[in-house]
Amino acid sequence: MEAVHRIIENYGKRDRSLIAMLQDIQREKGYLPREALKIVADEVNVPLSRLYSLATFYKAFSLVPRGRHIVHVCTGTACHVRGAVKLIDKLEQTLEIKNGETTADGRFTLEEVRCVGCCGLAPVIVIDEEFHGKLTQKDVGKVLEKYE
Amino acid sequence: MDRKNYRTHVLVCAGTGCVSNGSLNIKSALEEELKKHGLDGEVQVIVTGCQGFCERGPIAIVQPDDVFYQSLTLKDIPPLVEEHFLKGRPYKKCMYVPGKKEDAIPKMMDIDFFKHQMLVVLRNRGRMDPEKIDEYIAFDGYRGLAKALTSMTPDEIIEEISASGLRGRGGAGFPAAMKWRFAQKADSDVKYLICNADEGDPGAYMDRSVLEADPHAVLEGMTIGAKAIGAVKGFIYVRDEYPLAVDRIKKAIEQAKDYGLLGENILDTGFDFDVEVIRGGGAFVCGEETALMASIEGQPGRPRSRPPFPAERGLWGKPTNINNVETWANVPIIIHRGAEWYATLGTEKSKGTKVFSLVGKINNSGLVEVPMGIPLREIIYGIGGGIPGGKAFKAVQSGGPSGGCIPASLLDLPVDYEKLAEAGAIMGSGGLIVMDEETCMVDVALYFINFLVDESCGKCTPCRVGLVRMKEILERIVAGEGTESDIGSLEALAHTIKNSALCGLGNTAPNPVLTTLKYFKEEYEAHIRDHRCPAGVCKALITHRIDPEKCTGCTVCARNCPVDAISGERKQPHVIDIELCTQCGSCREACKFDAIIVE
Repeated sequence: MEAVHRIIENYGKRDRSLIAMLQDIQREKGYLPREALKIVADEVNVPLSRLYSLATFYKAFSLVPRGRHIVHVCTGTACHVRGAVKLIDKLEQTLEIKNGETTADGRFTLEEVRCVGCCGLAPVIVIDEEFHGKLTQKDVGKVLEKYE
Repeated sequence: MDRKNYRTHVLVCAGTGCVSNGSLNIKSALEEELKKHGLDGEVQVIVTGCQGFCERGPIAIVQPDDVFYQSLTLKDIPPLVEEHFLKGRPYKKCMYVPGKKEDAIPKMMDIDFFKHQMLVVLRNRGRMDPEKIDEYIAFDGYRGLAKALTSMTPDEIIEEISASGLRGRGGAGFPAAMKWRFAQKADSDVKYLICNADEGDPGAYMDRSVLEADPHAVLEGMTIGAKAIGAVKGFIYVRDEYPLAVDRIKKAIEQAKDYGLLGENILDTGFDFDVEVIRGGGAFVCGEETALMASIEGQPGRPRSRPPFPAERGLWGKPTNINNVETWANVPIIIHRGAEWYATLGTEKSKGTKVFSLVGKINNSGLVEVPMGIPLREIIYGIGGGIPGGKAFKAVQSGGPSGGCIPASLLDLPVDYEKLAEAGAIMGSGGLIVMDEETCMVDVALYFINFLVDESCGKCTPCRVGLVRMKEILERIVAGEGTESDIGSLEALAHTIKNSALCGLGNTAPNPVLTTLKYFKEEYEAHIRDHRCPAGVCKALITHRIDPEKCTGCTVCARNCPVDAISGERKQPHVIDIELCTQCGSCREACKFDAIIVE
């Protein structure tokens, strides 16, 4: 939890930077552990409920541990009309999980996201921070292989 | 700054799209190959921001020859360097080819996609390294700021913006100068300024591109605005999903501070202005200005009712002015080249240019900048090259979830704020998503309502509950369980939500349903009365089968079927097993002989 203290210090313990702190913690830990939120509440001197309010309001946050690799399927309009739904079907079938879930081996978490702003390459999936564009159902397996 | 004179420059696109296609490796390979031939002293490789033609990435342009290369792979680099730089003839394999039977086009300015554009906001795209302030300055960067700070009063700046006719590029098109004037007149010792880079509309990415390709233009615009209204501090609220944009704008801030163009005592004029980057939390509603301000303050991004407007009571209760990325990027060039010049572009009430993201079922998809008032047809066919696969154009969705679908009968519509609103859509941030005959308009309406149900903040009842009711009705219709009264209920709900929701998200949320009902009612009726999806999309209403007359037994469909529902011998007609088929349509997309029938 040392990282959490460091992150809070980075933002000068200001309560207006709570969202940024949570983002950094999530980046570090993969999700927002309850202990980390408690530390933030203590050090910034805000009620824990305010942190939960932020963590549940904003899409970017997760309160449960996620997989080693996050598969983001873009569901922006361009991706939608170019077959994002088919990619989701295929991913759900291949990984045997639903949107928002994590595989049993902790390898992948599948999440639908709003437009990632790569509409020229639709349909797009983003794994960790790597973009894969112009995909068809057939490409899905090959793309996933790269991630251990 | 590297002042060595090079004979030729290779501009390699490093926008997010091209980077994801490996453009940075292409850059290294080019440098290595040039060095191998001893050309590294003559040819310089530069990485630039997004050049707009994302679909064809990775892209590189050779200047001054103006030769455009697309879809580059590492294998292409040795022959390309040999042909172009040693032998002096453009490398044909990576040139743009408009259609199967047409000739390759070497020069960028001869390609329809680029030829018909007019670059004002995107003036620096693809011609400079966005991470080098010197290059921005070399292209007249910060001249507008110098002019504003040393020879104009705040009133004169606002007057100039007013005379240019600049309207907000974020959605509603409110005159920028009027907003600035309100904030300027507000009585307070502390005022704030915000750049809204929470580009939430799915299918629109111009703001990301501007931040990635020309971050200094945004900073310069904001600083000019700050001088005009008397702001001490600015915030750029940018989506966390845009890591490259965040990175570039942060670098730009550091560089501008080093050069005395931002921070304390800017250009020795005694004017102080600082900018901070705030990363958004991934909530569409935060594009609404009051929600965005709540988010900057570290609160959940829920909108509040207006008035008071941000110009009176904004961030932390202080007068605040908000404009979006594209609006800010327009400001420096208006001040530098003058309002008179700017006002010659566009139409009577919509001045200047607009950047559109032309995406979806279109041949040339990417970012395009055109003068306001250009007919929709020219964007879609002139620049976009029409619909792929010879399919028929059906509609174009403009303005994101708050916008609407414009049908083929309105293709000659001049695109400006007023004309789009008359058609029931809005300009919005400039997403143009093209749909062809295989796009179901009821499915599209449901798509947007789903999006909005998800993104509704839940504060007001019409939006929180009303949208869910609309969603339930639409779900019934696409499942083939719609009733005759459903269309009437949808219309009634839509009008109620439009008139009673708290913020812009709710007020405009019914637009996708209203415009599809207006222009494509017969498609709703086909779902309800005939239990038929004319576009062949809604899974509950369609079955796929193979026409034995047309099937050549090429096996492509069987290989593309994700559930192995297709069987058949090679060179014999194939069959789909109805029990296994999920109606996903992959076979239809893959078939080259139109042998897949959807009923």
